[in-house]
Amino acid sequence: MTWALVFEQLLNGLQYGVMLFLMAAGLTLVFGIMNLVNLAHGSLYMVGAYLAAAATQWSGSYLLGVALGLAGTLVVGMAVEVIALRTLYERDHLDQVLATFGLILFFNELIAIVWGRAPLYSSLPPWLQGHVKLFAGSTYPVYRAAVIVVGLLVAALLWYVVTRSRLGMLVRAGASNRTMVSALGVNIQLLYTIVFGFGAALAGLAGLMAGPIYAVQPGMGELILIQVFVVIVIGGIGSVRGALAGAIIVGVVDTLGRAFLKPLLGTMIAPTAAEAAGPALASMLIYLLMAVVLAVKPAGLFANR
Amino acid sequence: MRSRLILWGIAAMLLVALPPLVTALGEPYYVDLARRILILAIAAISLNLILGYGGLVSFGHAAYLGIGAYAVGILGFYGITNGWVHLLVAIGACAVVAAAIGAVSMRTSGIYFIMITLAFTQMLYYLGISLDVYGGDDGMRLKSKSQFAGLVDLRDPVAFYYVALGVMLLFVFLTYRIVNSRFGMVLRAAKSNAARCRAIGLSPYPYRLAAFIIAGAMCGVAGALYANHTSYITPGLMAWHQSGEMMFMVILGGMASTAGPVLGTFALLLIEEALKGWTEHWQVILGPLLVLSVVFFRRGLAGIFFKPDA
Amino acid sequence: MLEVKGLFKSFGALRASDGIDFHVAEGETHALIGPNGAGKTTFISQLAGDLRPDAGRIRFAGEDITALSAPKRSRKGLARSFQITSVYPGFTALENVALGVQARSGHSFRFWRDARSDPALTGPARQVLEEVGLKERMTVLAGNLAHGEQRQLEVAMALATRPRLLLLDEPMAGMGVDESQHMIGLLSSLKRRQTIVLVEHDMDAVFRLADRIAVLVYGRVIADGSPESIRANPEVRAAYLGEGA
Repeated sequence: MTWALVFEQLLNGLQYGVMLFLMAAGLTLVFGIMNLVNLAHGSLYMVGAYLAAAATQWSGSYLLGVALGLAGTLVVGMAVEVIALRTLYERDHLDQVLATFGLILFFNELIAIVWGRAPLYSSLPPWLQGHVKLFAGSTYPVYRAAVIVVGLLVAALLWYVVTRSRLGMLVRAGASNRTMVSALGVNIQLLYTIVFGFGAALAGLAGLMAGPIYAVQPGMGELILIQVFVVIVIGGIGSVRGALAGAIIVGVVDTLGRAFLKPLLGTMIAPTAAEAAGPALASMLIYLLMAVVLAVKPAGLFANR
Repeated sequence: MRSRLILWGIAAMLLVALPPLVTALGEPYYVDLARRILILAIAAISLNLILGYGGLVSFGHAAYLGIGAYAVGILGFYGITNGWVHLLVAIGACAVVAAAIGAVSMRTSGIYFIMITLAFTQMLYYLGISLDVYGGDDGMRLKSKSQFAGLVDLRDPVAFYYVALGVMLLFVFLTYRIVNSRFGMVLRAAKSNAARCRAIGLSPYPYRLAAFIIAGAMCGVAGALYANHTSYITPGLMAWHQSGEMMFMVILGGMASTAGPVLGTFALLLIEEALKGWTEHWQVILGPLLVLSVVFFRRGLAGIFFKPDA
Repeated sequence: MLEVKGLFKSFGALRASDGIDFHVAEGETHALIGPNGAGKTTFISQLAGDLRPDAGRIRFAGEDITALSAPKRSRKGLARSFQITSVYPGFTALENVALGVQARSGHSFRFWRDARSDPALTGPARQVLEEVGLKERMTVLAGNLAHGEQRQLEVAMALATRPRLLLLDEPMAGMGVDESQHMIGLLSSLKRRQTIVLVEHDMDAVFRLADRIAVLVYGRVIADGSPESIRANPEVRAAYLGEGA
């Protein structure tokens, strides 16, 4: 277990963390402003991955594929908001959970109808392939480094929007109060649609960035969504800062756990036991972390409401 | 009250008459289908206790279905086939896990509670996948069904059917007693107005935790029966899709009613059966149907037949 | 019976309770009045146990209850009614009150016996309902009761727990003239047997019912004495400029 290996896994953890952040930020924004819990957020992630992969294949250009994927997810998100979600704002969380659960079933199957159930191939342009040199002779995949950079840029952009703009003021005021919002002269329906679309675009970005690294297949959204929930619970709902902190923590803990827990255990207990217990414990690690955080701070680290 | 009893009596008689009826019609498959519905109805009944009556939106209830099933599977793996032991371990394991998860989750409320229960059940799902010795992702085949020596042979499909029916009716009755007892009143009052409960001296937490444990244990029984029904146990039983389906069974039928979960399970699973026969992509139709049911169909089926409880 | 010393509670920069001393003798009806925003509800919430004070002590029947939770305080005999009606709308009036009776009858981990027909619960519940004048309406769902009846139910639920002290937070809120008179009559008869802390805006009721009146302005008690002394107090008149006293 060399330091170079640890550092590489740390970077992987950071990379996974920024993807979790993109998802968590969208989810927490939608909840903070519209008081809507949206399980289908994972479906938008999946839609982003599929649209981008398909657009890249069709057009032959990676950047065009990315642009079309993002735009497409934005449109799909806004369409979903207008068609299915408008009636849910006034309903309780249980109804929202159930309705968006129905949307998940719909989207997963729709994707399967169009593209089949086998994983889709997501290609990378040459300028994103290969490795970049880091200190002490270690290298890191260019693409993953790009993911980290893009993710942090978006985080900075979000920070700017939340702290400097009118929309951000609404977010920070925890404005799920429609009267107050409309008193500010804002068109509520339009605002909600835009916010939802924005959240969808963030999810789509995470999805299309995930494509080349993880498998693009129906149901990919749900796998990450639950981890996004853990992020939000740890970070505190409604807080973008909490989403970032929680995402980095979860990303790093999960990645390091998966990489090092088994060998670490192997030094303490019998190798055969570590073989079984290692992966099992690694997969449970972030949930145990969540339980610990909740025991100390039931509202999350940066609780807003 | 009397009319409800009569309706239940009719329903029970119809369900009792089902096996001989469909066998005479030459369609024994329906015994299997009905048995599956009955077993999942038991799970729905258990969820209704905490969700319908208690107002606790637990998105992780499928975990107990899985634990109950794996209890049977794992014990069988090690050669223990006594049905009573299976049941005892299923109930015990579920109660312990429910106590642990409940103790942590119940300190939160609202959206946090939903997410946390979901997260914990997913954790168990991943645990199930990673335990390769018990089949991991592929699951495990049940070596032998639970043995209830001398009492009943679960390999006989009709006998097993009646066991499932009997357990379901028993749990319906137990739920009825529980929700109208002092314990049940506190649970329902806490759902209605928790602040009021605290003001008169009732702290909701211990009662909700107890309900959570009871519901988990009841679902464990369903899990044990389910393992015997399918003879194959996979971690997918604990996945959140299963939890979501169970919630729909409770909601569709009408929350906070004893008939609700039974009606809801029959409705949902029969609709699924019909859709499955129509197209392999049945979920693309079921999804929007579920969305529409939530948007328009608030009271649930039981609301059509009975006045709702509290 | 109730002794409050040096109660402080701030919400950010806002001092909702600014060093409150408050004393209620047994059997006394002590009213608390003050303009809107004075901090009356914050004070009641701290007495009931829903809010923790930043500083100060609360003693009830000789016991320091400052650290006790709301359910524990209720079990010690401190009952409250809410300013905004807080009953169980899906249960009948009888079931609402029966829950109060049940709460004081030990633990509720009984899973078998039907609570709706348990005479140990329904008997006392009926009595309380009769006392507040809701006997004819006991099978009506609480959510279907008229507003005034719901306010009576609020009082009934507090009574059901056999309290030693009643905290009544604006029991007459939103009531018309007839309903108010009825409530005043009810509270008059309660006066004889209960120690009461009464928060109210209805000055007619306050001056008819209170033995002592405390006036709360911006989180401080500016006067505390007999109704006559309060009526004559120039500071109180200034604080209540325009309101009938």
